[in-house]
Amino acid sequence: MSCVVGIDLGSTTTKAVVLDEDGHVLGRGITNSRSNYDLAAAVARIEGFINARFGLIQQQLESTGSADSVGRLRRAFVMEQLLLQLRRLEQLLLEEVARSAPAGLKAPFADAIREICRRITEEEEKRFRQPPILRSDFFRDAAGSAFMRLAEEVADPAGVTFDRLIGAYDKCIIRAENEPIELDFRDHIDNALNRMGNPPGLADAVEYAASKDLTPATTVGTGYGRARLPFPKEQIRSEILCHGLGAHAMFPETRTVLDIGGQDTKAIQVDEQGIVTSFQMNDRCAAGCGRYLGYIADEMNLGLHELGPLAEQSRRHVKINSTCTVFAGAELRERLSLGEKREDILAGLHRAIVIRAMSLLARSGGVSDQFTFTGGVAKNPAAVRAIRELVQENYGERQLNISPDSIYTGALGAALFARRMVA
Amino acid sequence: MSVALKDRSMVLQKEMIASHFARLEKAPENREPVVYTFVPGNLVELIRSFGALPVLPEINALQSGMRKLSGDYIAEAERLGHSEDVCAYVKCDIGMLRSGNIGPAGTKLPKPDLLLLSYTGCYTFMKWFELLREEYDCPAVFFHVPYQGDGVLEPEHREYMLRQLREQVIPALERATGRAYDEDALRERLALAAEAEDHLVAVLQSAKHKPSPIDGYFGTVYYVGPIFSAFRGTQEGVEYYRALREEIEERVAAGQGPVTPEGPLDNQKYRLVVEGPPSWTHFRDFWKMFADEGAVVVASTYTKVGGTYDFGFRHNPDDPLGTLADYCSGCYTNLNLPSRIDMLVRYIQEYEADGFVINSVKSCNSFSAGQLMILREVEKRTGIPGAFIESDLVDPRYFSTANIKNRLESYFQMIQARRAGREA
Repeated sequence: MSCVVGIDLGSTTTKAVVLDEDGHVLGRGITNSRSNYDLAAAVARIEGFINARFGLIQQQLESTGSADSVGRLRRAFVMEQLLLQLRRLEQLLLEEVARSAPAGLKAPFADAIREICRRITEEEEKRFRQPPILRSDFFRDAAGSAFMRLAEEVADPAGVTFDRLIGAYDKCIIRAENEPIELDFRDHIDNALNRMGNPPGLADAVEYAASKDLTPATTVGTGYGRARLPFPKEQIRSEILCHGLGAHAMFPETRTVLDIGGQDTKAIQVDEQGIVTSFQMNDRCAAGCGRYLGYIADEMNLGLHELGPLAEQSRRHVKINSTCTVFAGAELRERLSLGEKREDILAGLHRAIVIRAMSLLARSGGVSDQFTFTGGVAKNPAAVRAIRELVQENYGERQLNISPDSIYTGALGAALFARRMVA
Repeated sequence: MSVALKDRSMVLQKEMIASHFARLEKAPENREPVVYTFVPGNLVELIRSFGALPVLPEINALQSGMRKLSGDYIAEAERLGHSEDVCAYVKCDIGMLRSGNIGPAGTKLPKPDLLLLSYTGCYTFMKWFELLREEYDCPAVFFHVPYQGDGVLEPEHREYMLRQLREQVIPALERATGRAYDEDALRERLALAAEAEDHLVAVLQSAKHKPSPIDGYFGTVYYVGPIFSAFRGTQEGVEYYRALREEIEERVAAGQGPVTPEGPLDNQKYRLVVEGPPSWTHFRDFWKMFADEGAVVVASTYTKVGGTYDFGFRHNPDDPLGTLADYCSGCYTNLNLPSRIDMLVRYIQEYEADGFVINSVKSCNSFSAGQLMILREVEKRTGIPGAFIESDLVDPRYFSTANIKNRLESYFQMIQARRAGREA
């Protein structure tokens, strides 16, 4: 089956979208951009194809009526990937200990590492048997938080201290993340199936999906890291055009698009064909972009996904003027010391970000109907609420579109450009 | 062959500038008076008619930017207490002054005998010369050019300027140089100015050809160098522009494009009009971002800050003071927003441009204020979308390569997508 791929190398995450011959989405993949764009692009792409194959399994089973097991198979597959990465991390940690730990500590240090990794594996096995809970799929996040927690339990203040364990982890996770390893469908699907006890219907569907020839006819790249992609120039598109086209594909009546990404905010106007007619983006200062929320979350010791819901509990507005990322921590501590509540401060911060975006929207030509909000920040309910309010105040009634797949808008646009090149 | 031809005008310009700065360095010992003045509304023929040598601080500042010295000069000025928000040209100049006052040619700049401030829409110029007056403890004279708020120069405005020239500016020059006003000498210089202006206009308008033989922004800032600074109204100036015009005409005949730092740009995919000054600290990188995409600039407004000649104005030797007044009031910085919009629209139409780019610089409110309104209005009147980028004149901290490249690439792709859409 011929297909095309769009890759969006963002500052925070890298996304891939695989489209079939008819322009339908076959699969989507996402990974953290890490310090290695090439690898991030490869991983996102592999993930995209894995999801495409799971999509084929799903299709196959829908016709035979036993689609539920696909979700479980998917989880088994993800776990296999994670365990492989964990084994590699363990190996790197043990090498690091052998190389640089003081002589007297080498043995207990290695034991502590093995113990932590054993417990993570155990926890993962247990997690698999329980109902799924929402968590980050990125190895760095999943393994990192478990390692941190278990290191605290295993650490010996008189010997292999917590600091030593974390120090070794920090050193090795970067390498573990930046090494290409086998994460592909073929590499893990058999183990995942074994874990499920090889149910015959599922095994047949897997075989069908695995044997399907998915050869990308072409790939188009976009996003901040696009210059790193090993493509000729014609296969690179600006993210502004990709976001415009992607939003148009998701919501064909879209005329205004707002994208708040990790380090830039873009206000885009598109015509009825999804062609960009005007755009504005933040200048070199990334104040008020997604990364700002990231810093705030770090300062508050919260996950990024927890910010919006907390801000939603606010009962009163705190007015925040500065959305400078560098001073985010200082601003926050200042407000807390004045006795403001965390949720009220957060609500104010979200509103401040959106006010900045409103200025870009105004500069790009305003907000026309329909209005589509994309990028990582579109997942944040407090930001969405602020956008809704401010658009209503400034422009009146507008239909606000937010796709659950909004994070893939740029990659989808890139894939659509790829499709046009093939056509 | 084009390389050799290109060399001729460039070599000429280099020699002219080097000899001017060498003469400036020796001015104190040769007892040649020195007058500092700004590019917009510079009365260089008048200054020269008194046997004085002009120094143009903005040119020195932009040269420092191109020579990658401005960052240090600005830091020096900020140490002296000038805030980050102050115009970077001013800080660059003050920093250069305090770092030994070595000018762009590597020679020491002389102290001014007079600061001649033509006020043509830039309030900062006033503050700048106030600072220099403090530094040098020298006389200053203020020539107030009325802002063309209604888009026309009223007769009483002209009369007001003539009175200032007679009653303030000329007496100040007489005191500073010890010479009497010589109207015949001024007429002679004005005739030379007009001759050079004719040649310059022919060069600017050559961009109407396809391919354009010049870059009307990046290349043209070099071309306007002599006429915007010390060489208007000089024989060298006339010779330079004659040589330049011949070169360009040969390029037109050969169907050649301009030579960019990356080589000749013959395959021109986009014809653009540009509003706003360039970023001097990243001048080559900035140009490359255009050239790499096959974009040639066919006209720009910035190249009219030292005088707008392409709509017919020439210095007129028959009306020596009146023509100076007309010249000053027509400088780009002295025009109101509707006039600037008209000019951009005219350029886009007459030069058959595919798009226009506004470079909004942080340092200069005279330029930047109202640019978004200009953008919208020009878009409305021409049906062509514009691009908006932000940087600075000489403060390297305000140039974000990734951000600007991103915007420009997006813009070029947008023009392309629109073309494809129209054809489809």
